[in-house]
Amino acid sequence: MNPDYLYGFLGGCLIGGGSLLALIATGKIPGISGVFGRLLKPKQNEKGWRLVFLFGLIAGAALLFHLSENASIFRVPDGRNWIIYAIAGLVVGFGTRLGGGCTSGHGVCGMGMGARDSMVATGAFMFAGVVTVLLFRLLTS
Amino acid sequence: MKNSILTFLAGAFFGAGLALSGMTDPLKVVAFLDIFGFWDPTLAFVMGGALLVFGGGYFLLRGNIELPGNPEEKISSNLILGAILFGIGWGLGGFCPGPAIANLGALRLEALVFVPTMAIGMMLVQRIYRIDG
Repeated sequence: MNPDYLYGFLGGCLIGGGSLLALIATGKIPGISGVFGRLLKPKQNEKGWRLVFLFGLIAGAALLFHLSENASIFRVPDGRNWIIYAIAGLVVGFGTRLGGGCTSGHGVCGMGMGARDSMVATGAFMFAGVVTVLLFRLLTS
Repeated sequence: MKNSILTFLAGAFFGAGLALSGMTDPLKVVAFLDIFGFWDPTLAFVMGGALLVFGGGYFLLRGNIELPGNPEEKISSNLILGAILFGIGWGLGGFCPGPAIANLGALRLEALVFVPTMAIGMMLVQRIYRIDG
């Protein structure tokens, strides 16, 4: 079997374990878009744990980038420049807060807790992602 | 204090998992979505591992300690529209919020551009739709 799949599975277990630990420690569902978005609200009192969680995320990733050449691979897909990334960020920020979650909030936490709306949302963003990648390739090649 | 250490560790596991699984590499994410091109199924294994540990752990623990209940809400047009917009942005850049933030530490140009515009998008929604909580 392709070793990438094994690393993917093990990394996924760490993502799930980290999400579960955050749920236990904070009593809140730790979807990344919700955690980050609520940090941007002026009248949000519970900013402390959200900042700590995101600093932990950056630190954990930085440690792995440092330890493993494989983990630090970073490749920008064909045809994407910084303008595309600026647009993508805007659309991802708007969409995740409007839809109430991202890959972690809906895809891992919501689906893992048995929420049907999260299953619908995950299906919808996967489908939209597939169509976008296909159209981007057809329009730019 | 104890909870802060646990929360930091939780974030660190999450970030380490993103990097270990290859999900901090935008090309690998786009390759998962590219089912009509050179499809790379790794992301499915990542989701499988994450759902196994999170979902399994949640259902084992929820009878023993106090945990939030099922967060399910009514399926609304905002949920569908938001998810579709997110999917479009995800396919454009190969970044969802977690991996974009994880790449800030490595000072990748793409993450340094993406995260601030993502913040603007989120603030727009929170203003327009007055999302509480």
